[in-house]
Amino acid sequence: MIDLYLSLHPVVQGVLKGLAVIMVIFPIGGICSMAERKVSAWIQGRPGPNRAIVPWVSWIPVIGPFLQRLGLFHVLADGGKMLFKEDALPGHVNKFYFVLAPVVAMMPALTTVTTVPFGAYLDAAGRVVPLALANVDIGLIAVFAVGSLGVYSLILAGWASNSKYPFLGGVRASAQLISYELSLTLSVLPVFLWINAPGTPGTMSLSRAVEFQSLPGFWGGMWFVFLMPVSALVFLVALFAETNRHPFDMAEGEADLVGGFHTEYGAFKWGLFFVAEYAHMLIGSGVFTLLFLGGWNPLPWVSLATLVSWLAPLHPLLAHPLFVGVLSIGIFLGKVIALIFFFMWVRWTVPRFRYDQVMDIGWRKLLPLSVANLVFYAAAIAVIQTR
Amino acid sequence: MGTGQILFNAFVLLTVVSAAGVVLNRNAVNAALCLLMALVGVSGLFVALDAYLLAFLLLLVYAGAVVALFLFIIMLLDARGDSRPVLHRLPLAARVIATGLVLGGVASFLMRGRLPEGRAATTAVGAALKPYAHQLFTTYLLPVQVLGFLLLIAMIGVIALSRRPDGPEDAA
Repeated sequence: MIDLYLSLHPVVQGVLKGLAVIMVIFPIGGICSMAERKVSAWIQGRPGPNRAIVPWVSWIPVIGPFLQRLGLFHVLADGGKMLFKEDALPGHVNKFYFVLAPVVAMMPALTTVTTVPFGAYLDAAGRVVPLALANVDIGLIAVFAVGSLGVYSLILAGWASNSKYPFLGGVRASAQLISYELSLTLSVLPVFLWINAPGTPGTMSLSRAVEFQSLPGFWGGMWFVFLMPVSALVFLVALFAETNRHPFDMAEGEADLVGGFHTEYGAFKWGLFFVAEYAHMLIGSGVFTLLFLGGWNPLPWVSLATLVSWLAPLHPLLAHPLFVGVLSIGIFLGKVIALIFFFMWVRWTVPRFRYDQVMDIGWRKLLPLSVANLVFYAAAIAVIQTR
Repeated sequence: MGTGQILFNAFVLLTVVSAAGVVLNRNAVNAALCLLMALVGVSGLFVALDAYLLAFLLLLVYAGAVVALFLFIIMLLDARGDSRPVLHRLPLAARVIATGLVLGGVASFLMRGRLPEGRAATTAVGAALKPYAHQLFTTYLLPVQVLGFLLLIAMIGVIALSRRPDGPEDAA
């Protein structure tokens, strides 16, 4: 099986790897939309979706009803509904851009995955090797660059719909995303000032950031969220704004804009916008985990290599690269899913900002804070890291 | 022709066709989106030339932010783009001179432009972060500073010009 895979053309290998990751990301996007419904129900003290069930699962005595109450099969029901609903195309829209917009929404979300490392394994020499589709030197710049193209789906959807509310949503989205991109980029600079210590080759790689959080010692094993709390806070707030999540979902704003940019959309095109939103959240949470939450390290001050050295004496299979790889992916995904739960928790707890408040927070509070943070860490790092 | 050469040609075609689209489109939104495609094409060219950093910086700054701002302004002003009064009133002489300047520029580039021999073998400065930053802070320090200063002047100018003379900025 592995020999057959390795004998294939590199391009075919790349396509297969890409498809594998997309096949994980796309369903997670769908499951997140389900989780959102369930989490909102728990927060508001309702049972939430608890009806859909596949016939032969309902025959299982205890587990069947439990899964039904958990609402797990609503993912299938929702997906099927969106896929088979009549896909109406309003007569007043610009058809080309109208159809293009949901596709444009998906493309950056799935392209950025290539440069985000999602796990690691230990090779024969005991070195930690990150798992990623393309572990490039400029990892974070690539994520930001391609991710920033996501705004065009909102602008195009708003403009092509050719009606007032979507148009306002599109205008809001373009202004908001540009405003918060500045703080987002500035907030991660201290991290890269720190990991580009004198004498090391310059890098913007995300796996290098994780390496720096798995060093021995008190300062070495410290996650950057403790070392640079302000950076983490600014990054998280800007991430909420960039992924158009509550309390920053100005482009949607159903209280004042009906549905914002997607008012005129229905069926699967509408569904694509939502899968794309969750895919963006997934990538954003992944980057946050890698930069500030130690990536695939299980606990602060406990790196993956340390964990494996604890597990290895128990059973030889526990130190196998395959097991370690799966374990590290599990740890990473666990942190990402916890962050996505945090996104949902905030959405159902905090009221939405007004648009002037969004601009005020972005330009007058977050941007000065991130600049001051950068200057502080630049000075501190210059003192600590001497040549 | 290798895969790299095919990709390079494809990106050249994309860039040229979309750049023509920017100029020829009457609809401002279409033109801005053609500009976006042209920028994506140019960043593809950078990738084909192994200048990965430049490719992604171009995407981040121009495709991600500048064109989005263009679209924001176009949508805010709701420019239809179908009436072009300024261009119609241009005197014939101005058109001839402008065309001549463009043609002269292209011609002089074609006649005198020469690629220095043996430069292609050296690794591209724009490929990785460190060599690029090193060049920026040594060889090109003065141009970077001058450009930064120019942008600052432009920004202050815009703020000074767009400020309303009196009264609160936005009472609403």
